Formats: sequence, structure tokens, C-alpha cells
Amino acid sequence: MTGTLVPEGGTTRQPIERNDDVVRVRHLVRALALQCRLSLVDQTKLVTAASELARNTLVYGGGGSVSAGLVTRGGRTGVAASFEDSGPGIPDIDLALTDGWTSGGGLGLGLSGARRLVDEFHLETEVGRGTTVSVVKWAR
Amino acid sequence: MVGPDFSERLANLLSADGGRLAEAWVERVSTSLRNRMSTVELDRELRELYDALVEALRRGAGGVHDENFSEVRALLTEISRNRARQGFTPGETAVSVFALKEVLEPGLTSGSSADIGAYLRLSRLLDEFGLFTMEAYSQTREEIISAQAEQLLELSTPVVKIWDGVIAVPLVGTLDSARTQVVMEKLLQALVDTGSEQAIIDITGVPAVDTQVAQHLLKTIVAARLMGAECTVSGIRPQIAQTIVALGIEFGDIVTKASLADALRHALGRTGASVVAKAGERR
Repeated sequence: MTGTLVPEGGTTRQPIERNDDVVRVRHLVRALALQCRLSLVDQTKLVTAASELARNTLVYGGGGSVSAGLVTRGGRTGVAASFEDSGPGIPDIDLALTDGWTSGGGLGLGLSGARRLVDEFHLETEVGRGTTVSVVKWAR
Repeated sequence: MVGPDFSERLANLLSADGGRLAEAWVERVSTSLRNRMSTVELDRELRELYDALVEALRRGAGGVHDENFSEVRALLTEISRNRARQGFTPGETAVSVFALKEVLEPGLTSGSSADIGAYLRLSRLLDEFGLFTMEAYSQTREEIISAQAEQLLELSTPVVKIWDGVIAVPLVGTLDSARTQVVMEKLLQALVDTGSEQAIIDITGVPAVDTQVAQHLLKTIVAARLMGAECTVSGIRPQIAQTIVALGIEFGDIVTKASLADALRHALGRTGASVVAKAGERR
């Protein structure tokens, strides 16, 4: 996995402060997925992953923002999205990525499930500073 | 603020050539709204506002929130509300007020310095009224939006009886906590009201099933089970199925079907009924 890709052609930044914002993130990511001509299955996977990550940003990170845009590498195009919060951070990444483990009241599949739904998954976190999760889904 | 002396002068300024000024005002606003409103209606609205404004100034009204301006404020609120409902932009709404300034400008060339002073005061006053219309406009918009959100909550969750002992809930759109609560309540109540033991939750209209949606669904199903009913989830499209697998969500022993028709056939089977083609007739 290489570092975070910087989207070309501009990114769209949206706040994630309320429940409605999760819906807006889904709309934004779906629009990008359509623009990138992802297949229906990949669109749904990406939108679902974005939904999970946006909700994590809201519920566990105490709110934050998302930046999303199209990226290209080696002739392939994809959709990149980066979810950022300045919340409490994740003390144990391995534990957080374990299926069924949750620090809240969810199913404990959001973060680990989102990783399986995308092609590239990059998590940066520092306790007390916040968390940034960047994902990329490539068009086939 | 406008002093009593200025108010008097302003009232005179506005009423001296009132008919012509009001007419010019109506015409200017009509152009800015690109004739999307009937001139008769606009004429009535603005003349009423104009008269109220002159009347208030004559009585010596000061700032926007002055007692004497209460009628002007009421009229402006009504205009803003109507504009918001008719789908005009906030800018188009405020322009109705600002246009009066432009109309008054030509008269200034021959006016005394006191008239110009009065005009500047009026200009400031109209700016405040413009802001007032914006506030009234956005308030109306917010009222409309929250009313629509409430209506959607009601609209999007019908529970229908599709057979004796079988009810169905077609879900459309985003499932958040508030809506799931409504769905769950309606579903459980419908189970009691209709005496049904089979419920079908159709998610064809749900664009994405993430862990929160799944969790809400599972809770609803468990609650229905506690009441002795059996739930079937239908409308699982291929892309949703693949996403659920990748996410790792377990539906356990909950019956899931691709289409509502399959779910109905299953539910009928469980109630003891079956669909049989008549002998000698091909389907």
C-alpha cells in the first residue's frame, strides 16, 4: 500500500457534523462513483464503506470532514475519499479492526467491513489527536 | 435611527409623488422577478407596503423594530412567506425592498441637501428591511423543510396487509434511527391489529445497507419474534448481497429472499396456504 493519493481535478470537502451529513457523504461518493464508471456492485460497496466511515467520524471522532475526488494511477481511475476527525484517536488499531469488536453500540463491523469493501485502506491515528482514514476504490 | 424631523421629511418625499413612485417600484420589481408573478398581485402587495411605510414614517417611526413599523413588518413577513412558498430565491425576495431605493434616486438630483440626508436615512432603513425579509424568508423555508421531513417520515413507512395473516413493509430511502423507530412501532402495531404472524420487510428501495441499517433491521426482527411473528427480508439485490457479505454481516436464521414475490410465497407456505395452478390450465 502506497501513501495517501492526492486526487487530481480537485476534491470536494464536506463537513460531517450531523446525522444528515452522512447521507450527504453517500450522495457525494455515489456521484463520484458514477463519474468514474464504477460497476453497480463496486458503487454500492464504495458508498457503503463511505457510509460506515462517515458514521465512525461522527460517532467516535465527534465530527470531522470528508474530502473526496477522482484519482488516476497507471491508466486506472478510481475514487478516493479521506475521512478526518480530531477526536480521541484509536489506542489499539488491531483491536479496532477486529470483526465484532466495538467501543460503542454497533455491530463492530464498520471499520473492518469498510476495509474489505475498498481496494486501498489507509488508517492514521494518534491518541488524543484524531484519526484519518483514506480509502480508494479503482474502476475495473 | 431616523429622527422625527427626518421621518416627516421622508414621508413628504414619498407621498409628494406617491402614485408615480409606487408605479415605478412595481415595474422594477416585476422586471427583476422576470414576470413570474402577476402584475396585479404585485401591484396590490407593493402599494399596500408603500402606503404602510409612508403612514409609519408620518407617525414618526424610528428603527425597524419600532412599534410604528409593526404593520410594515407584518406585510414584509407575508410577502417573504409567499415568495418562499412560490419558489423565489432569497435574493429575488429582498430585491423587492431594495428596488425602492433605485426608484427614488432620480428625484435626488433636484433635491435639497436635507432631502439627500433623508434619502440616506431611508436607504439605511430599507437595508434593514431587506435583511428582515431575508430572515423571514429563511425562517419560512426552514418551516417548510421540517414539515416535509415530518411528512416523509410518515409517508415512507406504510404497513400493508397483503394476505390473510401476512403484512408487508416496503422500505424506501435512508434508514436512520428515527425512521427505524417509526417502522418498528408501525410494524409491531400492525401485527397486533391484523392478527398476522408473518411480516415481510422489503428493502428494494433502500440504496445501501450498511451496518447501522442492518442493526436496525435485526432489532426490528427480534422485536417481532418476541411477539410470535416471523419476519422475512426481501428485495436483496445482487449488489446489496455482495456488500453484506464483504461487510461480514450475519443474518443468521432470518429468512431472506431476492424478491417480494418469493417472500410472499414463503410466507403463505408458513401460514399453511399454497398457490396452486388450476388443473388443466397452464400458467
